[in-house]
Amino acid sequence: MIKLKPSFMIFLLIGLNAFPAFAVEQKMMSIQVKKGEIRSTPSFLGVVVARVSYGDRVYVREEKGPWVKVRMTGHNSEGWIHNSALTVKKIVFNAGAADVQTSASSNELALAGKGFSKQVENEFKEQNPKINYAWVNRMEKFVVSEKQIKQFLKEGKLTPEGGF
Amino acid sequence: MAIERKQQFINPAVMPAVIALVIMLAIPTFLSGCKTMESLTNIGTSFGKSVGLLTDSQAESITKTSKAVERSFEDFTPQQEYYIGRAVGAVIVNKYKPYNNKKANAYINLLGQTLAQASDMPDTFNGYHFLILDSNDINALSAPGGLIFITRGLLRCCQSEDAVAAVLAHEIGHVEHKNGLQAIKKSRVTSALLTIGTESAKTFGNKDLANLTKTFEGSISDITSTLINNGYSRTFERQADLSAVTILKRVGYDPNGLVEMLKVMETRLKPGGLDFAKTHPSPESRIADIQKHIGKYVKVQEPSVREKRFLAALRNI
Repeated sequence: MIKLKPSFMIFLLIGLNAFPAFAVEQKMMSIQVKKGEIRSTPSFLGVVVARVSYGDRVYVREEKGPWVKVRMTGHNSEGWIHNSALTVKKIVFNAGAADVQTSASSNELALAGKGFSKQVENEFKEQNPKINYAWVNRMEKFVVSEKQIKQFLKEGKLTPEGGF
Repeated sequence: MAIERKQQFINPAVMPAVIALVIMLAIPTFLSGCKTMESLTNIGTSFGKSVGLLTDSQAESITKTSKAVERSFEDFTPQQEYYIGRAVGAVIVNKYKPYNNKKANAYINLLGQTLAQASDMPDTFNGYHFLILDSNDINALSAPGGLIFITRGLLRCCQSEDAVAAVLAHEIGHVEHKNGLQAIKKSRVTSALLTIGTESAKTFGNKDLANLTKTFEGSISDITSTLINNGYSRTFERQADLSAVTILKRVGYDPNGLVEMLKVMETRLKPGGLDFAKTHPSPESRIADIQKHIGKYVKVQEPSVREKRFLAALRNI
């Protein structure tokens, strides 16, 4: 016959109770940039293991200086991303009136495409036809890959802090 | 048998104590879900009211204050910052002519985007992008969100890749500190964020859109007139120079590249010029400030491969 002592019962209950508390507390953040990279190590030289997009939600596992270890929702892959790509706010696409009100009264939501947005840019262009965006659009196409950066560092005999 | 075991599982004598403990432990679990300041304020004000310390109206006013979050340039999301930056960039590139040289621009982007990755703000909404301007002025300008411009005149002050890296890292420093956004008049920031806050439909009404566009236009003009005519404060320039030193060291460049570039710039700036002569502290004073952090000047020793690629890209600049 198993007989548990009351002190052990209390210990067991504390243990059981602590678990749901942890589950509630698991912090989530959103990707606040158009495209983000999840890396194998907390460094700009870390290998890119996954890519994330604007509005994606991630679980926060660990923080190390400006680097945050995250797990993507619906994935098992984990990795590091710089905190400049993250916000605690939930990003709402196609915001309705209720979202707007919540966003105005709290710091929990960010409304995608609101405020200074594509719509305002179009209006601005219409009113300032002489301001040409052609070169700005061209500039945005100057994109450098992770591979090119690593090659550039190596060829230039540059040894970043912390090494490769 | 099973009933007997269940009966003995918990000693009836301690049962009330166990129930009380379960309730006590459940309370913090419940509260941990209510993370917002507002909830905590509500709990606090309810408590204040219940013990007679606060009247209803006092409690309401405290709750309202905690809701009215102070608005500042930091409340612009990276996406909004991006649209501001695009407009600022468009104004700059319309004032100056772009230098349409594929090889030189590709090199500046490779170097600049490498440096940006090592900054304190490697991720902006749509990344960092660099463009050379076809001008003899000695100037470099950065738009919020990471559009960075550098004139041929300033590139001619750079005698090594380390020096070019220093100029670009300084501009990345301005982006990192959101100096552009800070040039927007506070009243405009408030007005813009207020319009967003009161907006109630999926798309703006004509009046809201007109107001917001007017505020947008004003914000762009605040930033461009600071960048082109007035310049940032000395404090912002010093911060950007220090960020440059940090970035250069992280990547492996010699921060003396910044000193060498400033020494050349000093000999070339024309008094009364409408470029760095007008918008930046004197190279001499910048060098003095930088040397407080990096020590005495030591000549940059650049490996020949690095020098070779620098010359290949910018020899004819």
